[in-house]
Amino acid sequence: MSPPILEVKNLIKNFGGIRALNDVSFELAPGALMGVIGPNGSGKTTLVNLITRFVKPTSGEVLFKGKPISHLPPYRIVRLGIVRTFQMVKPFYQLPAFKNMIIPLCSPRMKAIAGGRYGNRDAVALDLLEEVGFERDAHVAYKPASALPQGYLKRLELAKAMALEPELLILDELFSGLSLAEVATIVPIIEKLRLEGKTIIMIEHRLKELFRIADRIIVLNYGQKIADGPPATVMESDAVKSAYLGSETT
Amino acid sequence: MSKRKERIDRGIKVRSEDIFALLSWKEMLYLAGPRVLPVAVFLILPLLLGPYWQKVLLSVGVFALLAISWDVMAQTGMVSLGQALFFGMGAYVAGICNHLLGLPPWLAIPVATVAGAFLCTLVLVPVLRLRGVYFSMVTMIIPLMLVRLIEATKIFGGTEGLSGMTPLGSRWIELYLIMAVMAAVLFGFRRLMESDRGLVLKAVNDNDRSVINAGINIYWIKTQVLFAAGAVGAFAGAFMTHIYMFVGMPVFALDYSILPIAAAVVGGPGSLAGATLGAFILVPLSEALRGIGGLRIVFYGLFLVVFIVALPEGIFHFLQRKYHQFERWVEVQ
Amino acid sequence: MLAGTIVYALINAAILALMAIGFNLTFGISGVANFAYGAFYVLAAYGVWLMIHLAHLPYPLAVVLAIAINLVLGVLLYRFVLQRVRGQALSEVIATFGIGLAILELFRYFGLVGFEYTLPVFIDTSVVIFDTYVDAQRLFVVVLAAALVGLLWLFTHYTRTGLAFRGIAQDERTALTFGINADRVAALSVAFGAALAAVAATIIVPLGSISPEEGYDVLLKALAVCIIGGLGSSVGVIVASLVVGFAERITDTYVGSHWTMIVSLAAILAVLVVKPSGLFGKQKQLEERI
Repeated sequence: MSPPILEVKNLIKNFGGIRALNDVSFELAPGALMGVIGPNGSGKTTLVNLITRFVKPTSGEVLFKGKPISHLPPYRIVRLGIVRTFQMVKPFYQLPAFKNMIIPLCSPRMKAIAGGRYGNRDAVALDLLEEVGFERDAHVAYKPASALPQGYLKRLELAKAMALEPELLILDELFSGLSLAEVATIVPIIEKLRLEGKTIIMIEHRLKELFRIADRIIVLNYGQKIADGPPATVMESDAVKSAYLGSETT
Repeated sequence: MSKRKERIDRGIKVRSEDIFALLSWKEMLYLAGPRVLPVAVFLILPLLLGPYWQKVLLSVGVFALLAISWDVMAQTGMVSLGQALFFGMGAYVAGICNHLLGLPPWLAIPVATVAGAFLCTLVLVPVLRLRGVYFSMVTMIIPLMLVRLIEATKIFGGTEGLSGMTPLGSRWIELYLIMAVMAAVLFGFRRLMESDRGLVLKAVNDNDRSVINAGINIYWIKTQVLFAAGAVGAFAGAFMTHIYMFVGMPVFALDYSILPIAAAVVGGPGSLAGATLGAFILVPLSEALRGIGGLRIVFYGLFLVVFIVALPEGIFHFLQRKYHQFERWVEVQ
Repeated sequence: MLAGTIVYALINAAILALMAIGFNLTFGISGVANFAYGAFYVLAAYGVWLMIHLAHLPYPLAVVLAIAINLVLGVLLYRFVLQRVRGQALSEVIATFGIGLAILELFRYFGLVGFEYTLPVFIDTSVVIFDTYVDAQRLFVVVLAAALVGLLWLFTHYTRTGLAFRGIAQDERTALTFGINADRVAALSVAFGAALAAVAATIIVPLGSISPEEGYDVLLKALAVCIIGGLGSSVGVIVASLVVGFAERITDTYVGSHWTMIVSLAAILAVLVVKPSGLFGKQKQLEERI
């Protein structure tokens, strides 16, 4: 059993009077695909924000490959290899899609992993976009981001994260706002990332699609972890059912 | 049957976008014109003007530098309401170097440029973390505070300032120095903003969260831009000190903060050529209006407002659009 | 000596609070930057002066008219200038500052400077408090300042329009879905702010004289109080005015008058660096970061 790539210990976050995250802990093995689910407002995005340090935890620790990271600024954490996507996709609308990729390609992380100059950034950008499904002969990558539908924008966001070659990839509601067909085109990309050895955390509301690919699920409700295990077990749990459906009063 | 305006690229623009532009004199001229023209203007103008207007040209150069430095900072998301800080800092350091330490101008000016930029960056770094509006407020307040401090502590000459600097030599040196620096800064920063690094800078302004998420330290980037823009502003101040052979509290005046913003807004915010153009328009205009005294500032104010509200794209972008595109009315289908 | 300083410090605080209220309403509570605020203040003062001395109107009428004119001008400022650049905070600042600049420099050009340019006091007597002579006008300032702050707090917390003022600052889209006409509310906010500036001018100017320079000073002081106290907080305005008022007075008495402005400015800087949302500011963590 290899050591866990991510350890979250007793994370607590208070926003003023509201406790958004209440003592959440888990360990993540490398190469796993873990889903985080829960009703709206249960603290899923807060969890991501705390791990990636976009928000400071009130208390608790996060360890990446055994080393604490909670004191590091967010850009440092990205350079270590933890990359996230954002729920609200905000590309640079006036720029063509491939120009949007330039910013991650200018990252110092590129120097660290590619050992130096990365070559012609435009070409690399176009290649990466093709990997996520931007059809090269239709020149989709050249279209301004404002002209692209949500499915492409989400894939652009994913490509931006992939460009940084993360070890731990956290996807915040990647599937939201997408049609079934669009989701079906993205799932193979995620599977391919798994095969490359990346560890992935996915926050999702689309349970059916998530359960097909995840091997472990964590359920949050009102900031607390109420279930942790393989998809089948989690869905049978009473706590989870009452969280989603409400408990019956007999 | 209503009509709408349609904008189409001019034929010559499309034809000159490819390598085949090399085959036609007309197309090469179309491309080279906008780039060569300003350089030609910078070189020739000093020769054509009389002594009064040459002095104005010096001012134009100084304000163009301030406007460019403002614009670069603004494009990176730092809108400064106090360019006078960089200007005044450079001016005072040059004055101190020359008057108190006895350094010759060709040494004092570079020292003032670097030291001035360094000091200003040091002062502003603590507030880089703040939201845009707060940063702007701080930039507005610091020069005001410095003025009062100098007045109260009477250091560096207090209200009388320092005078008796060594001049730069001939008027021609002054003119061509400022023109050269202006051209270098304009084209240099322009190259920067067009490059990939420039894209990162603009991204910091647009969506800093995304940039952080790419592993880039935005505060370091902002600090670097601050230093570069500060150096340009400090140079302008140091230069001015040696032109007027005097430095005093007025170097932190509101004028040096507002006019660059007005120049950039009028000329075309978001483009350095626009900022330069704005300076070329506003400074002579302001000189010409000198006769009406205090009303000048009234004009600045109104000009600023009119342009921000009604013509936010600025003159440069307007001209650029006209150069590259033409408009016609078409029927709505 | 000490008692006198304290009394005058309190009065200074009240003056500052009075100056800051209008600005706090527009910028702090509604989120609309009106940097022509100082100009409105001076405009109202000169307006009253002109009405009394040139049109020979009775004093109370002139005051009411000045307030009304400021209300109208506030709406016009919004409609023709601010509405076009709404949402781009810095364009708002620059545009309104440009207008303020134009107005103030216009007054400076017309040369309306001097001791005769002042407004009459309301009641011409003095009272003795703690062994210090305090003229009635100054007492009036304190009373009015307290009353206005209280009224403003009630207004923005308990009336529909007041709550709308706060709503559009927090989230304009949501406010729109509540049927709040954001533009109209913002225009009202600018108008009320300008009117409050007029009220402040009428009360404070009799203590000295008017000059265009006052315009910049008023803007700076209002900004200082609002930032230190925290934009939007009425309690903040009170506390900040007290802090700055005392600091200014003490510096003036014991150190030297040159340093008073430095102290205020340094105070703003200190707050901005340490806690930008001010002492009692509502816009906290997520707003300040970056």
